[in-house]
Order: sequence, then structure tokens, then C-alpha cells
Amino acid sequence: MTKLRVALFATCLTDTLYPDTGRAVLRLLERLGCEVDFPLEQTCCGQLHYNTGYYDHARPLASDYAAAFAGYDYIVAPSGSCGGMVREIHPSLCGTTPAVERTYELSEFLVDVLGVTDVGAYFPHRVTYHPTCHSLRMLKVGDKPLRLLRTVRGLELTELPGAEQCCGFGGTFALKNAETSTAMLTDKMRSVQDTGAEVLTAGDNSCLMHIGGGLSRMRSGVRTVHLAEILASTEEEPWVPATR
Amino acid sequence: MGARNPVTWLGSPTFPKAAHTALADTQLRSNLRKATTTIRAKRAGVVAELDDWERLRLAGAAIKDDVLANLDTYLVRLEESVTACGGVVHWARDAAEANQIVLDLVRAEGADEVVKVKSMATAEIGLNEALEAGGVHAVETDLAELIVQLGHDRPSHILVPAIHRNRAEIGEIFRGQMTEPPASDEPADLAEAARRHLRRKFLSAKVAISGANFAVADTGSVVVVESEGNGRMCVTLPETLITVMGIEKLVPTWQDLEVFLQLLPRSSTAERMNPYTSVWSGVTPGDGPRKFHLVLLDNGRTATLADEVGAQALRCIRCSACLNVCPVYERTGGQAYGSVYPGPIGAILAPQLAGDMRDKQAASLPYASSLCGACYEVCPVRINIPEVLTQLRSEVVAAKGKRTPEALAMAAAAWVFADPKRYEAAQKAGSLSRLLARDGTISWLPWPGSKWTSTRDFPAVPKESFRAWWRRTRG
Repeated sequence: MTKLRVALFATCLTDTLYPDTGRAVLRLLERLGCEVDFPLEQTCCGQLHYNTGYYDHARPLASDYAAAFAGYDYIVAPSGSCGGMVREIHPSLCGTTPAVERTYELSEFLVDVLGVTDVGAYFPHRVTYHPTCHSLRMLKVGDKPLRLLRTVRGLELTELPGAEQCCGFGGTFALKNAETSTAMLTDKMRSVQDTGAEVLTAGDNSCLMHIGGGLSRMRSGVRTVHLAEILASTEEEPWVPATR
Repeated sequence: MGARNPVTWLGSPTFPKAAHTALADTQLRSNLRKATTTIRAKRAGVVAELDDWERLRLAGAAIKDDVLANLDTYLVRLEESVTACGGVVHWARDAAEANQIVLDLVRAEGADEVVKVKSMATAEIGLNEALEAGGVHAVETDLAELIVQLGHDRPSHILVPAIHRNRAEIGEIFRGQMTEPPASDEPADLAEAARRHLRRKFLSAKVAISGANFAVADTGSVVVVESEGNGRMCVTLPETLITVMGIEKLVPTWQDLEVFLQLLPRSSTAERMNPYTSVWSGVTPGDGPRKFHLVLLDNGRTATLADEVGAQALRCIRCSACLNVCPVYERTGGQAYGSVYPGPIGAILAPQLAGDMRDKQAASLPYASSLCGACYEVCPVRINIPEVLTQLRSEVVAAKGKRTPEALAMAAAAWVFADPKRYEAAQKAGSLSRLLARDGTISWLPWPGSKWTSTRDFPAVPKESFRAWWRRTRG
């Protein structure tokens, strides 16, 4: 059987700030039998510009994405937000391209394309899951991340109250309406702490950066770890915290 | 012509400034959290009962899109059918024209007091203030509107304009304003006091003013949907009835009401059916008002219709479901939006009706959202509010020009992202931020990063990006 040719769309945020997440996706997909490439032509999907109203800057970035990822069977992003930008918004900016149609958020790719929910992971921690807005409402990934988490050995999953409420990140919203954003963040952090979890996970490093930034400021002791890093973790090669 | 559109309140601060004040009001935060949490759960419950909800939403959107695409035809048809059943139709280009028409009609009846059915269109044009200036006192008869009016307050919600008030505050307002004050702050006593206060008004008023939830082009029937029955009193007791209706409120046929009378109550009050649905077609001798006037209001609607993406805001049936699920609205309340249309729908409707993206307050509204999409998910007519928000942001950006600090930063970022080599160089430069970090986190950044670091840490940029690692190990 020929291996699936998968391109990793790391997203600019993960590429720049969270390389461990990129390595985790790579390890996970290779463990599941994929041949993974990282096309170096990729940069940003244009979401920052689009969401802030700079459509003229977003358009060429959407075209560049289509060119960078042409020719792969699947394109996998560890982000519901950037994946949603590509699938739901790119067609309005540069038309429907093969790259748009072949783009998947990680949990969608694992469950829908590879057909797995047990990826052989081991993560002996108490974890709660925040379903990020764009995963939930743009891509509609539903309970796929939870189905993956439930099969992780050693992992104790606790339900996050008010899980579907936004954490208040919203890209430039966090700067333009910093106080409202912080009010939303405060309520989200309280919910996270109420679960008693050691780790908060999600499918988007952007939301985790926001909630994690607040939790870190509060010295809360709760860590934020991307879903990919939990799924990549095994007994032989357990997850280790990032060093910066 | 040329007068300021009162859809946004004169002198209102921009959204972030108004939010700053609202967020500090702990009573407001607690009132809103309680109210929105309750209504959210109730709505989800009654919507889940219908297995064809998604098809109803599609039908609602399709009917409204047809109306908007053929507005000219349907409006003329409505005028003909209303006239045929004895009503008089008036056309108003803007708020000033509509207010003048209504004032003249009231004066012609020799009335100095009118009773009002809760209406967004008349609130949008500032009708009460215009009537007052013309010597006519308008009495709001919807309980929540009455609370706002007696409290000399502004509305903060489309459906429940006094949602920001709790019952102790309402009791306080009533005691200060009513000749027969409420016996206590219990809801039944408050309602009884309002009932006595209003009953006298209903029986003495010669003229009533209403809005319209729908108007049927084919039959000339006007529909008002409400919960309290006060609207029913207004549209049946006085001799003259004046309805002010936005031109987008019509539906082509009687049958179309079937869709909306299912969508609206479940989305707004979380009821399967609303208690009072009043429908009238012109005048009927010996039954109800003897004179009926319909004022068709544009006030920025045809201009909104011209915006290919923004026009979908005109599908709105004013249900408030988007307000009740919005995490921003829940925390700031409605008055922060500076318009009778608050929340997500207000953020896309008010600036479009106002029609001037150079206005700082209106231009701040499309940014009052984290684009979480909860509003789109519940909208009974599938208005893609996030899509319109970003579209309006692009219009604000165009109005501000290319020289703002933000525009320059965005241009620089686009230039970096346009070339993988420049992008990688920027990552390397960014990793110098580690110098600001302690234990891998940065707790202080200069402006505008300070807006982030005032409440959150920021991760230091690692020495090696993912792509640098890939190139080193796999390249």
C-alpha cells in the first residue's frame, strides 16, 4: 500500500512560537503510517489580515497557500482556526482550489480520513478540553477531539463548564477590546480551575496562548498543552514540557 | 435631508470606552449573566424540539432574500393591498421624514398623548423625542419599555430593553414615578402596578403607534407579535392606529408567516408560540381602529441593500437570539453599543443604517466581536454575522486610509508573509524577544503589546522555529 502524502500546514503561530506542536503532529502522523512533508513555501493563511479587515493583504496570502500546498493528498493543520480560514474563507478570496478542499484540522484528519480514535497515546494527567470557537462552529469538528482524548492511556478527562464560550482571544480583538477580552478570559480561567485539571488542552495554539497567558500570569499551576502533543505522547517517548 | 441618523445615540463613546465603564459595573454583569444564561438554555431546549429547525432557518433566509431582491415589487404590492382595505400608506426616506409624518397625523387627531406598542423602528428614529418636541407625549406600554421610559434610561436589549435592571431597581423606578406605587418588589406586584398605571392610558388614548414584525404584501395584513397583551390593547382600543415599519419587514404571502411564526418565538422568548399575535388588514367597520396609517421607513435600508455582503443584515427579524448568546454582549451589556440595536446584530446593522464609517463610534462597532460565531449559529434567518463584521471592518479600513499605525503594521506583516525568506528572518529577529523573557514567558511588552501583557503573559519566541528545525533535521 502506498503511503498517504500529507503536508503539514504548521500555521505561522505554531511554526514560530510552538515548534513542539509541529514536531508532535509530525511524530503522530508518521507513527500512523503517513508520509509527511513540510513545504517551506508556507507562511500565513491570511487570517490576521482578513479578520482585521485587510482583505487586500489577505488575498495574495490565500493564493500563496494554494500554491504552496498544491499536489498533496492531504493538508493537515493543528488548528481549527487556520483550517477554518482556509476551508471557509479562502474560496471567497481566491476561489476554490484543490488545496482548500484537501485541508483538514488534525482531529478531523485522524477520525475522518485515517479512521482512528485510538492513536496509542499515553498521558497520565488530569486534563480538561476547551473546544475552540472555529473548530466548533466553523469546521464543526464536534466531539472528535474528545473521542481521541478518551482513548489516551492514563488520561483522566474532566468536563469544562461553559466549554463552548469563547475565551476572548479573537486575534486583534484581544488588543482592540482588551478589557472585554480579559473579562471573557477571566470567566474561562475560572471554569478551567473549577475542573481541578492539571492540563488544559485544545486544538488551537492561539486560544491556548491566550488562556495559558492568563493562567501563567495568575500563577495558577495549570498548563496548556496542544491536543497534538498529548496524542503524540507515548510510554516510550512521553511528553516533556517545552523549553524556551 | 442630511440630518444625523439617530440609530446611533449622539455623543456615545466608542465601544471600547463604553465597555470600560460597563465592565466595572458588577451589578450589571450579574444581572446580565443571570438573564442571558437562563434564556440561552430555554432557547436551546425549545429549538431542539423541532427536527426541521435547520430547514425552517433555510426557508426563513430564502423568503427574506427573495423579499430583499424584489423589494420594489413587493412594496408596491403592499401599498396597493393596504390601500384597498382602507389604510393609508406613507413613505419616509429617513428618520426626520417619518417623525414629521407621524407628528402631523397625531396632531390631525387633536391628541396630545399617544399609547405605543413596543417597536424597534420607532426607537430607531427617536420618535418619542420628536413627538415630545412637538408637544405630544408618547406612553410606552410594553413593560420593559415602560421601565426604561420611567427610569429616563436607554434600552440595552432588543426584546427586553430593561434586561440590565433587576427587580429591586425596577421597584425603585416605579415608586418614584407612579401615583399608585407597587406593594413590593415581587414580580406580581410590579406587574400589577404597571397594569394599573397603563390601563388608564389605554382607555383614554385616541391614537396608538406601533411597529410591525411582519406585513403581508398580498393581503396588506400587518402582524405584531408580543407577550403581554398591551400591544393588543393599543391596536384595538384607540380610534387611530399608526404603524411605522422598516421596508424590509414585509413577506410576500400569508403562507410565509408560517415559517416566521415558528422561528421568532422560539428564538426570542424561547416559547413555542407567543401569547399574542395581532393581525389587522386596513380597517374593519365596527371593529378596532377607524383609521389606519402605515409609514414605510427607509432610513438607511436601501443603502444597506446595496452592500453585497452587508445586505443580509436586513433579513433580521429582531429576535435577540444573537444578543443572548454573545459573550461580548453578556459582559458589556447593550448600552455600550450606543444604539437601539445592540449586540452582534447591532454591530452590523447600526453602522450600516447610520451609513458613515468615518464616524468613530459607528466604526468601532464591527470590532466589538471576537468572531466566535455563536451569533451565526443561533440566527433564525442565518445571517452570517461574522462575515458581515469582517466586511464592515474592511470598509472601516478603507475609510481610514493607508497611513494609520495599524494599516502600516498590517502592510509590514503582509510584506513579511509574502516571502518565506523574509518570514524566516523575522522569526529569527523575533527570537531576540527571549531577552525580555523570564522562564520562557514575557510579562511586559511595549504598546500595543502592552494591551496583551497587562493581563496575560506572552510566550518568548523560541530560539529555533519549527521550520528551522525541519531544515536542520530533514531538509
